[in-house]
Amino acid sequence: MPSHTVADLLRGLAAGDFSSEEITQQYLDAIADRDGQINSFITVTREQALEQARAADNARQRGNAGALCGLPIAHKDIFCTEGVRTSCASKMLDNFIAPYSATVVNNMASAGAVMLGKTNLDEFAMGSSNETSYYGTVRNPWNTDRVPGGSSGGSAAAIAAGLAPAATGTDTGGSIRQPAALCGLTGLKPTYGRVSRYGMIAFASSLDQAGPMARSAEDCALLLQSMAGFDERDSTSMDVRVDDYAGALDQDLRGLKIGLPKEYFSAGLDPAIGDAVHAALEEYRKMGAETVEISLPHTELAVPCYYVIAPAEASTNLSRFDGVRYGYRCENPADLDDLYTRSREEGFGEEVKRRILVGTYALSAGFYDAYYRKAQQIRRLIKQDFTDAFKQVDIIAGPTTPNPAFGIGEKVSDPVTMYLEDIYTIAVNLAGLPALSMPVGFAGELPAGMQLIGRDFDEGRLLAAAHQYQQRSDWHLRTAPDCA
Amino acid sequence: MSLEQGDIAKLARLARIRISEESSEELRQRISDILGMIDTMQAVNTDAVDPMANPHDATQRLRADVVTEVDQRDDFQRIAPATEDGLYLVPKVID
Repeated sequence: MPSHTVADLLRGLAAGDFSSEEITQQYLDAIADRDGQINSFITVTREQALEQARAADNARQRGNAGALCGLPIAHKDIFCTEGVRTSCASKMLDNFIAPYSATVVNNMASAGAVMLGKTNLDEFAMGSSNETSYYGTVRNPWNTDRVPGGSSGGSAAAIAAGLAPAATGTDTGGSIRQPAALCGLTGLKPTYGRVSRYGMIAFASSLDQAGPMARSAEDCALLLQSMAGFDERDSTSMDVRVDDYAGALDQDLRGLKIGLPKEYFSAGLDPAIGDAVHAALEEYRKMGAETVEISLPHTELAVPCYYVIAPAEASTNLSRFDGVRYGYRCENPADLDDLYTRSREEGFGEEVKRRILVGTYALSAGFYDAYYRKAQQIRRLIKQDFTDAFKQVDIIAGPTTPNPAFGIGEKVSDPVTMYLEDIYTIAVNLAGLPALSMPVGFAGELPAGMQLIGRDFDEGRLLAAAHQYQQRSDWHLRTAPDCA
Repeated sequence: MSLEQGDIAKLARLARIRISEESSEELRQRISDILGMIDTMQAVNTDAVDPMANPHDATQRLRADVVTEVDQRDDFQRIAPATEDGLYLVPKVID
């Protein structure tokens, strides 16, 4: 069961090979047995999961099965879930029981999905290693001395450890794709505006986007189908038709033009990851695709640009945590100012405080033009790089990360080094484009990921391109040691 | 860009976060490092470039000006640290 794909499970449920209650119980047992080692869940919703599973089994018997009927999944603990603690991995929200559910959660529940629980993440999704969680570091199932990546590291580790077949993630600068790469999974960040942000705790509102994480591209297609769609409750949701993702997986790739940005294959790339990506590209050429070298000349500016825009938006978004209406409040505040400043001092972790202060700096009087406005201008140059590239090519491919999973504790004390781990993923968020990561081999014992970037709302083409590769490879079906 | 201790105190005040004296120096160094990395973007000439706030250059969608919210005060106040008679309680502001 643990290495089953979503597609396998949905077929088995439809055929009556097993019930949702049976498989839900098996995943809950696996979590109870093995998550002590991995720490991928913050909250396990055991009773509710079994109740939802029985309801799904009943619905199926009545001939009323939704697209994900009876499928157990996990939600990143950044999505509000009515009646269930939604912590965002912060002490600030340790006591926060969400009074409503996120649209993504409702959409997937309506399709019949069963929630196993809420997965760990970097605090407020700010991190690339899952070491900033108030609930402790998550371990990479491929090597438990290594990080799973972040910020959706709990979702990635849970799937890689066989504790859930799929999970939701969010991606502000690579937070779906980087952990997917580091844990040997397939993860998709959709186009900005494709999936509703309503009820998803905001980090950087012009960059955040929710997406699916699972073993295969086919699984991601099945999940995205239920997640995506226009939502009036998200003012940045885009009213664009949702394609039939699963129905379009069997595309012939002959003639597909794949751009290879020379900046993504330069110094700093781990040679084993480079080799794995080149081998995958060779498979694409065998399938009839054409690869062309391209340039994204402003690549190096993506990290500095992001570290103005994301903290600036975060400092604004996180101003709502004031100790007054919900969340953490310090003991015995002397006055209102003490209540604000000490609740925020005690409730936020170090990385979150750093980013709030950097954002505050970038937005403060006298510095706004030099930082925030400048970063927004550079954002346009970065978007223009992609627009120009997509005049020549259909998709863009490269490594997802420069390195395989790094050691726990290795980079956490040096923020700037940590930030540079996201060099290949961050520009995509600034440009709002869809991109996925999929496993294409190993660097030693650790998974290596390749990223495919598409035009706006071209998720279907990315999923099909990844699916065609996965029909000819089995990297996505490999399981971490002791997790088969 | 290297910050002074006074800058950290000012930022902490603006952001309403208390910064203890023990953590202030390390924070100053880390934030100076981050700003140093960010400053690489100053080398690029962007005089003729319009700022981009939304990746689709979209603007906020407006809805009809009618009441759509339902009263959920009780639900929301159930999770508040301190309330009384439907009001949120904070330390006394005016003597």
